[in-house]
Amino acid sequence: MNPIDFSALTIGDTVVESEIPLSRATLIDYAAASGDHNPIHWNERFAREVGLDGVIAHGMLSMAVVIAPLVEWLGDPGAIVDYRTRFSAPVPVPDAETGSPATPTTALKMTATVGAVDAAVGTARIDIAVKSGEADVLSRTQVRISR
Amino acid sequence: MPVNTEKQGASFSLPQPYEVSREAVAEFGLATGAKAEYHFDTEAATSLGYRDVVAPTTFAVIIAQKSEAAYISDPDSGIDFSKVVHGSEQFSFTRPIVAGDVLSAVTHVDGVRSAGDNAMITTRTEITDAAEQPVVTVTSTIVVRGDGE
Repeated sequence: MNPIDFSALTIGDTVVESEIPLSRATLIDYAAASGDHNPIHWNERFAREVGLDGVIAHGMLSMAVVIAPLVEWLGDPGAIVDYRTRFSAPVPVPDAETGSPATPTTALKMTATVGAVDAAVGTARIDIAVKSGEADVLSRTQVRISR
Repeated sequence: MPVNTEKQGASFSLPQPYEVSREAVAEFGLATGAKAEYHFDTEAATSLGYRDVVAPTTFAVIIAQKSEAAYISDPDSGIDFSKVVHGSEQFSFTRPIVAGDVLSAVTHVDGVRSAGDNAMITTRTEITDAAEQPVVTVTSTIVVRGDGE
């Protein structure tokens, strides 16, 4: 494994960009894996009854899928010291009109940039912007890493 | 029933320790796009110096939400779960979770405050291993929407 070279990080540089497709099947898989079975994440009628426009992704699913590409880039999962975000807008995940329920109907776009770096100590902060369409669905998403 | 602000300062424990299995780590990895080998292959994990497969970054939410549920589902808390919106989440790591960990959790209700019709609640869940050493702290804020909405 090649550890991150902190002296090569420059504030403002984009280090990872990725687009993550989401489908109703993604939500069901996350519900099973996480134990979060809130029906707003899988039942259209229930979601509407509680005032949503339809089924939405778990905030924690969004938080999980946008860190995965960054962790792969880091190489060592133990490099992450702190990971935080705010859920600023819901991510609607419509049912696919035809075909498999695993057909993606939306996507998250993540862009990870260097927010701060201390090469001498070997720490950095990576900021992740997360959009669904034009909407910022997560905000103040920060990852603190250390060698 | 309104959210009970007197619960600020209360603590709730996970009823029994959570045992981290390789299967649960792999399932969470598959569900969240965590594709690195060390989530699935013990050798890949041990070659990085870990005892067993490493859980994806946000895996601790499984344990944290089980522990938070002891508070949220307590009728005395006054929380209507159908009115709960997730505000923010933070993981502060001492070390990554690995398969074989037997984890305990205590959820502390750090803040319960009214904001207009709504209530904002901050919980902090301290997750520790079988040796009672800290593993990860999970801080979560939720908003409970008022009846006016």
